[in-house]
Amino acid sequence: MADTNQVIEKSQLKRNWFVLESLVTKDFKLKYRRSVLGILWSVLNPLLMMIVLAAVFSYMFRFSIENFPVYLILGQIMFDFMNRGTLGAISSIINSQSLIKKIRIEKMLFPLEKVAFELVNFAISLIAVAAVMAFFRVVPSIHVIWGLPFIIIVAFIFVAGLGLLLSALAVFFRDVMHLWTVVVSAWNYATPIFYPFEMLPDWMQTLELFNPMYHYVTFFRDIMMWNTNPGAMECLVCFGMAAITFLVGLIVFRKTERNFILYI
Amino acid sequence: MSEPIIVIDHVSMMFNIASEQLNNLKEYFIKIIKRELHFKKFMALEDIDLVINRGEQYGIVGTNGSGKSTLLKIIAGVLEPTKGKVAIGGTIAPLIELGAGFDLELTARENIYLNGALLGYSRQFIHERFDEIVDFAEVRDFLDMPMKNYSSGMVARVAFSVATATIPDILVVDEALSVGDFLFQEKCEKRIRELVDTHGTTLLFVSHSVDQVERVCNRAVWIEKGHMRMVGEVNEVCEAYRKLGQE
Repeated sequence: MADTNQVIEKSQLKRNWFVLESLVTKDFKLKYRRSVLGILWSVLNPLLMMIVLAAVFSYMFRFSIENFPVYLILGQIMFDFMNRGTLGAISSIINSQSLIKKIRIEKMLFPLEKVAFELVNFAISLIAVAAVMAFFRVVPSIHVIWGLPFIIIVAFIFVAGLGLLLSALAVFFRDVMHLWTVVVSAWNYATPIFYPFEMLPDWMQTLELFNPMYHYVTFFRDIMMWNTNPGAMECLVCFGMAAITFLVGLIVFRKTERNFILYI
Repeated sequence: MSEPIIVIDHVSMMFNIASEQLNNLKEYFIKIIKRELHFKKFMALEDIDLVINRGEQYGIVGTNGSGKSTLLKIIAGVLEPTKGKVAIGGTIAPLIELGAGFDLELTARENIYLNGALLGYSRQFIHERFDEIVDFAEVRDFLDMPMKNYSSGMVARVAFSVATATIPDILVVDEALSVGDFLFQEKCEKRIRELVDTHGTTLLFVSHSVDQVERVCNRAVWIEKGHMRMVGEVNEVCEAYRKLGQE
């Protein structure tokens, strides 16, 4: 009996993986359909955004950050991953209502797919990062070898957890969708993306310790441009925040998913 | 032949109908604090008890809003019953509203793969059956055209074709055949017959056309306002159901 169960579970996993793959492919096709440059936009977009922000902030504020464009693009693509992943996930259940009402399907696939799609986007934007780093002759530290896969996985877990939580809540209260855009915007300013951490007042600096995005962005910069080993403690903090978020998201999703159909 | 494949065991389905629409957080909390959160209870299904054996073709008849679709959704595993249990002994192909997973921006080719994935087929399976699916749907010349340019009949053909590409143990058909022209309807009926006759598929068939039910099924159940009013041979049940209109 355990054997057959395992077989079923395995084929279920395979099936879900195929669905996930198909949905991500679909999103990609739809996103770049009829655009001349196609997937190249995933590289160009963060690059162009960085140029705009770099231009604006080097004139207006003149922060004393070495290689400011590199600093900017690193923070920005990491934050954008969270921003777009959650934004995609939050309406994913509601948008898939026609399917959920008719086919028995693992509902978690929908928010996870949106986050996975943004993860692929994020990975492609790393090409833009490499280009900017090459241009400014910034050499990543040796810790990139383990640090980059680590931070990508951790960020994915974090965003997936947020996505699960938000997508479930949005089914019952559509307000969450409107509120979230505001929250993200505030979060964006509260995270040192385009200004240095040291610029913040003391109480804000303390507060940042509880901001997961601050940790992820800093970790990312440590390994990519500051030639620093973030250290075991920092790894643990990053992972812990992701794990807790994911667990909360997972539990809320699992507890509420059977009622989705009554509200969509 | 009398091996039960679907056992519906005293199933009841209750919906909460909010007496007023509450769609935002503020209203919701105010109501909770004031303890004014009232729900009307609505029994969509009450104590349905039915055993369907392998290879039987069951028609489900009943007037609008009597709970037919709710029952099908519970059997398909989309809805969970409030009370009771449903045990299923095989794979289900639900034809509850065709083309649910289609994205009309995509081409037919892409949609066949996407929909197949959503229905639980493997990539290899779709690959092997691809030609068969396309031929049945008669869309070979339009394969790489976005489906938004298709006529609704063509979309339905593709959807039906994908959904019946597999040989399911149980086929659930909910008004799916009401779209498409008569030729397509005949073709679908033929395909359903084929599944039933040669592969021993169990059929659950909902239609407002009593004639169609009589043609396709051998047994029928009549559900009225959530209660099972009659179950038995298709002719007897349909005869009784027809009399409802003459009362």
